[in-house]
Amino acid sequence: MTYILYLILLAGVCVGGGWVFRQSGQMATQNAPYFRDMPLGVASGFVIGLLALIGGIYLYFWNGNQFFRWAIQGFFIFSVLAYYFRLLGQQLGTSASRKLFRQMPMTAAFGMATILVYAFLAIFAGQVSIATIFLIAVVGLPLVIYAQAYFTTEAARSITWIMFGVIAIFIIMYFVGPIAPYGQDQIFPRANIVPGGDPALGGDPAFPLGTDQIGRDILSRLIYGAQNTVGIAFVTTCLAFLIGATFGFLAATLQGWLDQIISRVVDVLMAIPALIFALLLMTIASAWAGSNGALLTVYMIVIIAVIDSTRVYRLARAVGLNIVVMDYIEAAKLRGEGLGYLIFREILPNATAPLLAEFGLRFCFVFLTIASLSFLGVGIQPPLADWGTMVRDLAQFINYAAFAPQAATAPLLAAGAIALLTVAVNFVVDWMLHKSSGLKE
Amino acid sequence: MSEKEVLVTIRDLYLEGRTDETWMPIINGVDLTLHKGEVLGLIGESGAGKSTLGLAAMGFTRDGVRIKKGSVEFDGIDLVNASAAVKRGLLGKRIAYVAQSAAASFNPAHKLIDQHSEAPIQHGVMAKSESEADGIELYRRLRLPNPEQIGFRYPHQVSGGQLQRAMTAMAMSCRPDLIIFDEPTTALDVTTQIEVLASIRDIVEQFNTAAIYITHDLAVVAQMADNIKVLLKGDEVEEADTRTMLADPREDYTKSLWAVRSFQRPKKPAVQKGAVPVVRVNHVTAAYGTTPVLFDVDFEIHEGRTVAVVGESGSGKSTAARCITGLLPPKEGQIEFEGVAMPADYRRRNKDQLRQAQMIYQMADTALNPRKTIGEIIGRPVQFYTGLTGNERRRRVDELLAEIELEPSIYHDRLPSELSGGQKQRVGIARALAAEPKFIICDEVTSALDQLVAEGILKLLARLQDTLGLSYMFITHDLATVKSIADEVVVMKDGKVVEQGPKDEMFKPPHHAYTDLLLSSVPEMDPDWLTNLLAERGVDNIGDAAVDKM
Repeated sequence: MTYILYLILLAGVCVGGGWVFRQSGQMATQNAPYFRDMPLGVASGFVIGLLALIGGIYLYFWNGNQFFRWAIQGFFIFSVLAYYFRLLGQQLGTSASRKLFRQMPMTAAFGMATILVYAFLAIFAGQVSIATIFLIAVVGLPLVIYAQAYFTTEAARSITWIMFGVIAIFIIMYFVGPIAPYGQDQIFPRANIVPGGDPALGGDPAFPLGTDQIGRDILSRLIYGAQNTVGIAFVTTCLAFLIGATFGFLAATLQGWLDQIISRVVDVLMAIPALIFALLLMTIASAWAGSNGALLTVYMIVIIAVIDSTRVYRLARAVGLNIVVMDYIEAAKLRGEGLGYLIFREILPNATAPLLAEFGLRFCFVFLTIASLSFLGVGIQPPLADWGTMVRDLAQFINYAAFAPQAATAPLLAAGAIALLTVAVNFVVDWMLHKSSGLKE
Repeated sequence: MSEKEVLVTIRDLYLEGRTDETWMPIINGVDLTLHKGEVLGLIGESGAGKSTLGLAAMGFTRDGVRIKKGSVEFDGIDLVNASAAVKRGLLGKRIAYVAQSAAASFNPAHKLIDQHSEAPIQHGVMAKSESEADGIELYRRLRLPNPEQIGFRYPHQVSGGQLQRAMTAMAMSCRPDLIIFDEPTTALDVTTQIEVLASIRDIVEQFNTAAIYITHDLAVVAQMADNIKVLLKGDEVEEADTRTMLADPREDYTKSLWAVRSFQRPKKPAVQKGAVPVVRVNHVTAAYGTTPVLFDVDFEIHEGRTVAVVGESGSGKSTAARCITGLLPPKEGQIEFEGVAMPADYRRRNKDQLRQAQMIYQMADTALNPRKTIGEIIGRPVQFYTGLTGNERRRRVDELLAEIELEPSIYHDRLPSELSGGQKQRVGIARALAAEPKFIICDEVTSALDQLVAEGILKLLARLQDTLGLSYMFITHDLATVKSIADEVVVMKDGKVVEQGPKDEMFKPPHHAYTDLLLSSVPEMDPDWLTNLLAERGVDNIGDAAVDKM
């Protein structure tokens, strides 16, 4: 009962504070339109925000635990990183890319910077091999030469710079060595070291995020997890788009019975709940694959790609249908153009914006599906590190939250990595959707 | 005029709009005074800032537009600095707005009368039953058919012209002092337009409402306005009362606007007997599914001639074009090119047959792929039909760009979004020319353009016809365009050819009754035209009402 009273009192303080805030604002600014037309709800929102800020500062300096501080520090580090990332983008690159960065909101910059950090961790988790550097150089140089001949000078120059930048980073990382301090399947004699690195609380400075039940370093596994989970999710999403967009555009362009057949098949696939369907197929696939973990991963990629491609198909078909009624498509048809030209040269360039936005969103879903499947035990197989598996393996530590908060954070680390990437991708996707919809403000 | 009370005063108003990152001026220091019961016409090309100025008179700016300086006063109230609450009290009650597209402005999920009574109830002017009764009365005064029942329909159940009048009734619902009409008849056919014009004028006079009438059609504004203000790129060119303005414009720009419709092609000699026409539409009957749309349409287009196909929307003129291009294979009859019957379906025509007939579209925005440069758009048909590649293709594209009077070095690498409407339409023409056709279908090519720009396009088409010997099928609903460019005219109604013949005969009486109605519905620059027409024919014998009687 008292809690309810406190809540009512708090709400009263917020609204009253909001009224005072608005009133004083009106007086201070001689009734400027901003304060004059401010609804009471907005004014109360300012007060609530202020209270939350005070609470956060209090927790940070006087009464928080180590991980709250780390989270706040991480947030600031990433924000500063995002700011400098945007600043860098505004200075380098072509005039078009500079303009893009100038219009980019902080949230999108935050998302992009985070994704880049994840990608960096994923690529350089282990030791870079000479063969990789050689391969990139062999593939990259013809691209640079091609760009010189066919792109505008500015674009060609920036492609050259990016290419050499990438090779330079790979060479540097070759000498720096792996980012992960240990291997993902390396087992140490001491299991269950508590995260935090504080010996008094059961930590160990050599394992800042602790070790799991069989003594593997959690930090290393988190970094390798980026490689496995994100890498596999990326490949799966690309495959889903290849399948879904191809059939979607085909159906939109040809229409008629072909559209009917593909659409009904997709309807049937979509009618089965995705996760249960995936579980069912994975059970079959694991019987085929036997003990071959890599083969099972390939099966998983194909299964998730096919299930998710149905959603991509729906979008591609809807977007495509809007484009095929345009006069320029009619003009191309009347010219006698073939199907390939229509789809890839006329429709696809106009569908990239919604498809890219969907790609970001779909990537999150695929990524979460893989994590769920791994959590349920049929996804990425050990010894490969994977965030979903890590959450499952360490899940029981959450029970210690009441008396050993440090130990309870162990499963939350992988879960946090998943959450941060999802948020980052969504920031970028929101921005892209905003741009493609042509909204202002 | 001066003894009348002043309603709106705009002084030295500067408005800015945001493009990408900078603020660009839209209106540069315009003054405006509007008295009670007076109608002011705002005219200018698109981009002249007439809509922005009209909205500013309501104290409203669109997203991304801001008032830089200046004052807007409505009946003594300073609208620039008024609070949101004060503006809410005024808008809808004392100031109302009628948008260009009524179809897009009504909420499709509510009945007309419910939307009509929303503002009176909101402002506490009337109770629901009162306002519904008032709505029915207004519908009657606006001469909507079946006024008792029409309000209880949904927006999609009434025609475009009726919707536009229902919107005017809605604006009238609180008996405002000021109504802003933003191009209310631009999207309508001439026969519908004349009805809407007559009813708007009528009701504005009855209630002594002041109005700002925004349009780009001079003949329309001549009927409606007491005063006319001409805008050019955000600057006022001149303002005068309608008669003075029409009879004796001061500025060169205004004179050029007035003179647009003077473009006239010399008469060509009659076609020789027995000459094979480039295109013959041979007794074509066509249907969408089971709905018949064309009935026994038959006409010929000879070399170097322009045949204008005239009619209202839904008369089947665009469908006839679809039959010629093969997009809609006819049920009966056939399309002949130079005396040889073509396969009915475009998919069965070979490259050379496809090349012969090219098309230019109404909306250049949707006719050009927004993701391709001008060079690619024109270069593709060049390569596709003639097989030229590399430098030869580039040279041919440059030739074509020069032909349509666009500088190749500037425009070759631009995207369509970086071009103006008229330039886009020129690129559409170049794309058609790239195929080196004998025959081009022009589907309402000038109706989306400003008059000066449209005249440029017509002149270009005429020059190309003279130098390349092209034949045009010119689909339009604008009879002024027909007068300036056509050699022969085909009038269509409900999928049938009503009348056809050389232009001179067609513009001289006697006409078929429908042709006569079409001709008489085209607004003229004479400010008394509408009054005279109404006096001559009576209210019930103009526009769609007369069409229905046929």
